[in-house]
Parts: sequence; C-alpha cells; structure tokens
Amino acid sequence: MSDVSTKPELVSINIDGKVYQVAAKQNVVEAAKSVGIEIPHYCYHPKLSLAGSCRMCLVEIGMPMRDRATGAPILNEDGSPKIGWMPKPAIACGTTVSPNLHIKTKSPMVKASREGVTEFLLANHPLDCPICDQAGECTLQEFSSEYGRGVSRYRDVKNVKPRAKSIGPRVSLNNERCVLCRRCVRFCREVLKKPVLGAVQRGSLTQIDCFPGMTLDGNYSMNVVDVCPVGAMTSKDFRFKMRVWFLKQTKSICTESSVGVNTTVWSREGKIYRITPRRNDAVNDTWMSDSGRMVYKIVDSDNRLHDNYRAKSTVVFEEAVDAAVALISEGAVAIVASGKQSVEEQFALKKLAEATQAKVYLTANLDDNDGLLISEDRSPNRRGALLTGLVKDFDSARIEDLGKAIDAGTVKTVICFDDDLCAAGLTEAQQKVARIIYVGTHMVPTSEAAKVVFATRTVFEKAGSFINQNFRLQRFDAAIPGTAGTMDDLEVIATLANRFGAKLDVTLRTLRNAIGAECPLFGNADLNKIPDEGVELTEAVAAFAGTAFPETGSLHYKK
Amino acid sequence: MSFQQYKVLKRKPLRWWEKLYLPQILMGLKTTFGIMIRKPVTLKYPEERPVIPKGYRGVPTLVKDQEGREKCVSCQLCEFVCPAKAIRVTPGEVDPDSPHARVQEKAPAEFQINMLRCIYCGMCQEVCPESAIHLQDIYSLNGYSRESLVLNKEQLYKIGGTLPDKELKWAKKDNAVAEKH
Repeated sequence: MSDVSTKPELVSINIDGKVYQVAAKQNVVEAAKSVGIEIPHYCYHPKLSLAGSCRMCLVEIGMPMRDRATGAPILNEDGSPKIGWMPKPAIACGTTVSPNLHIKTKSPMVKASREGVTEFLLANHPLDCPICDQAGECTLQEFSSEYGRGVSRYRDVKNVKPRAKSIGPRVSLNNERCVLCRRCVRFCREVLKKPVLGAVQRGSLTQIDCFPGMTLDGNYSMNVVDVCPVGAMTSKDFRFKMRVWFLKQTKSICTESSVGVNTTVWSREGKIYRITPRRNDAVNDTWMSDSGRMVYKIVDSDNRLHDNYRAKSTVVFEEAVDAAVALISEGAVAIVASGKQSVEEQFALKKLAEATQAKVYLTANLDDNDGLLISEDRSPNRRGALLTGLVKDFDSARIEDLGKAIDAGTVKTVICFDDDLCAAGLTEAQQKVARIIYVGTHMVPTSEAAKVVFATRTVFEKAGSFINQNFRLQRFDAAIPGTAGTMDDLEVIATLANRFGAKLDVTLRTLRNAIGAECPLFGNADLNKIPDEGVELTEAVAAFAGTAFPETGSLHYKK
Repeated sequence: MSFQQYKVLKRKPLRWWEKLYLPQILMGLKTTFGIMIRKPVTLKYPEERPVIPKGYRGVPTLVKDQEGREKCVSCQLCEFVCPAKAIRVTPGEVDPDSPHARVQEKAPAEFQINMLRCIYCGMCQEVCPESAIHLQDIYSLNGYSRESLVLNKEQLYKIGGTLPDKELKWAKKDNAVAEKH
C-alpha cells in the first residue's frame, strides 16, 4: 500500500542475445515488457489468472548447460556458456524468469509459431474491421499485421456464429470475432466472483455465452469489453459511435466515489464519447464500474446550467458577482463546500471563507459500499477538505448544524457548491429561509431556490486534483473545453474572494504552489508535478490514522 | 565596384524588301487565315462537353451495389484520410427491419462531403475498403450558397448511382448465414 522503496529482487536474463536485469517472480511477457520488448499475447492479462490457451506468446527458452555428473558449466569452444535450448517453443506468459534464463523472441521457430497461431485465429475471423468498434485498438489487428503472414490459405466458407448478441444490458457479443482467449470468462469468475460467461460447443464452433438463465449484468459488466483483446465484446453505449483513432485521450479521475478510479476520457472536438479505466495497481487495477463510465453524460444533460442567474433571470457574470457580493456583504454567511470540488477549489474556498468570515460546512454523500470500486463516500474528494484546512473535521462541518444555525438566525446567506442542500440535510423550510448563492454545474432544487446562480464546469472541463480514500493525491486534466456560458469554479471563487480583499491568484501553478507552502499535510508532494499514477501523502496517512472515515474497505483499501 | 566592359554592336541596315514591311504582313496573314480554315481546338463549353477520360477524378459520391445495398459501412477511413477535411461521417446502425440487416450491421446515419473543401485527390476512393466512395466524371458543380455545396447522404447517393460489386461479398455472407439457419 505505501510507497516504501524496497528494491525488488533482480535477476539477469538474456533476451535475443542481450542481457537485461529484470525483477524476479514475474513472467517472461512482463519481464520483456519492462525492458521494452513486446511479446504478443491474447489470453494473458496481468490482473487475471494464467490460461496459456492462445499460444501467441510462444518463445524459445533455454538455460546454460551443466554437466550432470559434476555440475560444472559446459562451455562452448570460445569459452562462453553453452545454452541448452528447449526443442520446442514455450509460452512466455507461463514461464517465470529465473537467473540466466535465455529467451529468443525473433528466431525462425518463434516467427513460424506466431504466423501459425495468427493464421488459425484468422481462419474463421470475419475480417470486418471496417465496422468493428475495436479497430484501432485491437490486438488481433496489430499482431496480425506485425506477426502474421499476410495471406490466408484457408479456402473454406467461414463459420457463421451469432453477431451483435446481447449478453447483458450494456455489453454486446460478436462470436465471429472471438479468439477464445477466455479473458472474459476468467474476469467473471475471478473478479466478479460470479461465473456468468462460459464457452459452449467444441472446436472451431466454440462460442462464448452466458450460462442458462444468466445475463452479464451488475455494475462491472463493461470490464469484459476492456479485457477482450479483439472486438468480440463491445460496449452498447459506444457501439458505432466513433472510431477510436479520432479520439483524444485525457487522463482523469472518476468522481463516483472516494476510491478515485483512474480513468481515460476519450473525446473528439469537445464531445466525450467514452470513459475507460486506466491501470493503477494501487487504486483500481484495470477495472472500473459501469456507472462510472456513464458519468460523461452529465456534460450534455438536460438540467445542465448554461447561464448565470440572478433572481431566476439570466445575467452576465459581472452582474451575478455584484448580486452575490451584495448578499455576502450583509454578513452572517455560511459556505457549504462539497467533496466534488478539487483540492485547488477547496483551498481557494478556504481563502474565500477567511475573507468573508464565513463558517464552512461540508456535505456528505454516503451510500452503500459495493466492495470493489465504489466506496461509502460517494464524493471523490472529501479528504481534500481536511488536508487543505477547509474544514477541521467532518463532524464539526455537518449540514444539520447549518440547519440549526439558519433556524437560530445566525446564518442568513449560504454559498453552496454543486450540491442539493435538501438532499444534504437541510429541510425545505430552512432552504427557503436562507438566501442561497449557488455555484454549480446542474439545476437542482437548491439552484431553483437560489438568489444567485453561477454556472460552472464539470470535472471533464477543468483540471485539478483529488485525494482518494487512501490519501492518494491524483491529478485530472481537462478533456474538453468548457461548455459555453460556464465559468471555471476557481474563477468564480477568486472573483468573489478578491472583492473582499483576498488577493487570490487562481492560476493553477500559483495556486498549487500556495497549497504546497501552506498545507503541511501535503508533505513534499509537488502539486504541479503529480505523476500519472498519483502520489500517496504519507504525512496525511499518519495524521489521520486514528480518525474514523465512512469507508469500510474496497479493492485496495482496508480499514 | 568594377567597371563592366561592354562591346557595342552595330545594327545592320535593313534591306530594300525589308523596308517595304509587306512580306512580313503577308506572312502574318498566312498564319491567321490558316487557323481560320483549321478544325477548332476549343469547345463551345456549355453546349459542347469534352469526352472525359477513364480514371478522371471528378465529384466524389457514394454508390450502391446492384442489389441496392448501401456499400458504405461508415468506417470513417475516408474522413481520416481526407487531406482537406471535406468529409464528415456520422456512423449509424442498419435498421433491424431492413432486408439487408441479416448481414449488414453498420451504415452511415449521415455522410457529408463539403465540395468547397474537396480537392479531388481521390484518396477517399483509394482508402475505401468497401469501394463505396467513387469519384465520378462530373467536373462542374455549382450552387447558390455555401451550404448547398455540402452534399448530404441522399444527394451523394443520387449522383453516385450504382457501382456493380464484382466480389458480391454481402451476398456470399448472406448465403452463409442462410445455410446456417
């Protein structure tokens, strides 16, 4: 869990005549990958058990020979150790590296094996790449062009199998394209712990299918689309939407819960087409929930705010600011921060709270834990509010206390960030009494009741960072430009704060430097240089070791 | 700067028949009258049209095969390869009630070629894996607005017509499916 720099045990292996130092206890595919050599494979997946069924990763292996009687190394005439090559190729995924292991990945025998495997795989493959959603990221396509023989000797009619077969609410299966690697079968059995898929029939008629009476439902079904090395499993949501080579990939973080699943957002010309998981062995391995993949739909949803409002009529940004400043100037202000906000926004919000002497409350959006990648805390960044010092602790920032303060009359104006106050714990009467300034992306009952509304941007339209349940600081980049009529949250917070003399500069670089300088719990982590896989804040882990958090445990989190 | 040395040539005086100028005029008239009686090389364009050579690259259009199938499967390779970014494809699914739905899954929901951007390079035709886009021998295309020259799917099929498919790939697939059922 922690980034303790225990050096992995190294072994020296020989690949194609060159000696490499690689970590021990891994298989040859991974070892070769770590030194930049590709060994093609279909059935091997780093997060699933070994199957060894596709035979694409066949390589020649050998060990230095030793004299049986004496154990002395046998040498060639030139004095180099004599290598005893195995007479037949072996699968690289099933071979663990050992000292002095010799591997040939380019020999004629290996080349012939790959060509043979590819030719068999393509014998019944429909070659419908033009209509296949996987085209462009299909390993069969890549390996066939790289390691195949280019022509087929198969002259018979190809097998006809079910195409566009619905095996679940979100997954469609094309059995003609399947290479029978059974990654999907293993995924269901090993990760979902619920065997749904299996292979039926025999030989070239083998098909993947659901067991009788079962469908591939559940919230993790679309991971089979990712594990599928070919276009057999395709997402119904992304079906025939866009070819992948048009899409721009942006690294992002899922906002679904405090797990902070690493994601890639795929967009073209300001429109998001899909979200896929990004491998992070400390957070989500290579998995992601189906619901998290659909989050991109919030960008264009019907209740998206496209304008700033003052008393329910649209106004330009400056007028909305004037109206908000007038309300705040009367005093008795409370701020309702949100766990949806980025670390940078929470830090800027702290400055606004200081400038307006407002008490800060924090919404809690709790729900059931699914045990895998959705935790109880359904906001991505409530930990950030603690680390930036926006709130002292969760208990002192409860929305119920805000309700009491409104009833007592000590709070008259509430600045609310992207949350529905009634859902968060206020009564409707309290919401009616308070004068609300709503800063958010979507229309909710609170924004309907608000005196001033600022339209801001979703997580896909801005950059920032989140801190997940493991106190892992993770960065997200802007995938698409902001929707017309919206303003970056940081800009809104800074404009308000600067009207009260805060002198806040919200350029990301400056702001991140300020966070590093002012918030000791970030330790040595440089917010301007957060690596793609995030960085664990060990100081924060130690500081909050005794604090009770709502999460009870997920894939890489144990209470 | 150095002085350049020039050699001054003396112009020769004209002969007596050169001083008359008449022979030169007559020679010029000979060319003029010669062209008058020669077969003209130009065409009276709108009424007369040139013969278009084979392989001419005119307006790119979509074509159907002899069974009336849309050949295009909206793979968007033409959109990708188009150097002028004239093509815009919106992929779509074949209507399950369509007679071709048994073998065909994907077809363009919309297909636009901006003829003002098109440079008639023929890369779209070259890249098309289904031979669905074809450069016709139409070389004159005009309209009253910019929008009218962004041809949509219906217009492209109307101009394109039918291009017989030698492979009959879809028919073969259809037979294979029929045998299975």
